[in-house]
Amino acid sequence: MVCLARGSGFDRDFLVAAIVTRATGPGPANAGTGDWWGQRLSAIALTLLGLWFTYSLVTMPGFDHADATAFIASPWNAVGLLLLCVSLAYHSYLGVQVVIEDYVHAPGIHVASLIASRIAHAVLTLIAIFSIVKIGIGA
Amino acid sequence: MTNNGRPLSPHLSIYRWPITMTLSILHRVTGVGLSVGFIVWALWLFGAASGVEVYAGFMAIMGSIVGKILLVGWSFAFFFHLSNGMRHLVWDTGRGFEISQANASAWFVLLAAVALTAIFWWLQS
Repeated sequence: MVCLARGSGFDRDFLVAAIVTRATGPGPANAGTGDWWGQRLSAIALTLLGLWFTYSLVTMPGFDHADATAFIASPWNAVGLLLLCVSLAYHSYLGVQVVIEDYVHAPGIHVASLIASRIAHAVLTLIAIFSIVKIGIGA
Repeated sequence: MTNNGRPLSPHLSIYRWPITMTLSILHRVTGVGLSVGFIVWALWLFGAASGVEVYAGFMAIMGSIVGKILLVGWSFAFFFHLSNGMRHLVWDTGRGFEISQANASAWFVLLAAVALTAIFWWLQS
């Protein structure tokens, strides 16, 4: 390999061409096509869960505290809300990451924004999960 | 440099803004908006878990004029991002890339988002 790379321009070009016919590594973000698939699978999940939640908002008898906790405490609704929370957080995290990568270029702020987004999404997810579980258990 | 009076790229004075670009930007804007909405959604759950008084405080804020405008905005953002997201999923299968198809699906998505938002708030009232 080293020998070929040190050879003539033709040899080097040939070597590179032979390697790059198929993408093999995890890519510059070190995540391969995982994020691409994650974004689309969470999108499909959110289509179903989002429409279910919208339907729930329409059919809920009201929005005072008793109505809200009765809705959240129902086992199927609690499971639906947990799934919605996780899919939403994941999809949102991937989307915000792309936006930051596209528009925030200053090196320090770029990394700081990505870290802040990751922490914010983790904290919000935990807040939502804790709240759903607490209401569901009725503690 | 002489250009013999010919228009210079990118011809901004004669450029017609395509509807597909508007939707592309709206998809990002609504996506970021919905990420902010995730905060409010989590606070709604947290408020409900925290008890009657905290929940009432949250609902008072969201029931204000500003809160209502934000809720209508989030509902539109949701229905738009959902509809246009489906458009993107169709594109992912390699279909719908002809200019006429992309323009038609753009208008369809825009109208669907407005209609779904209107129907949602009509059903809420």
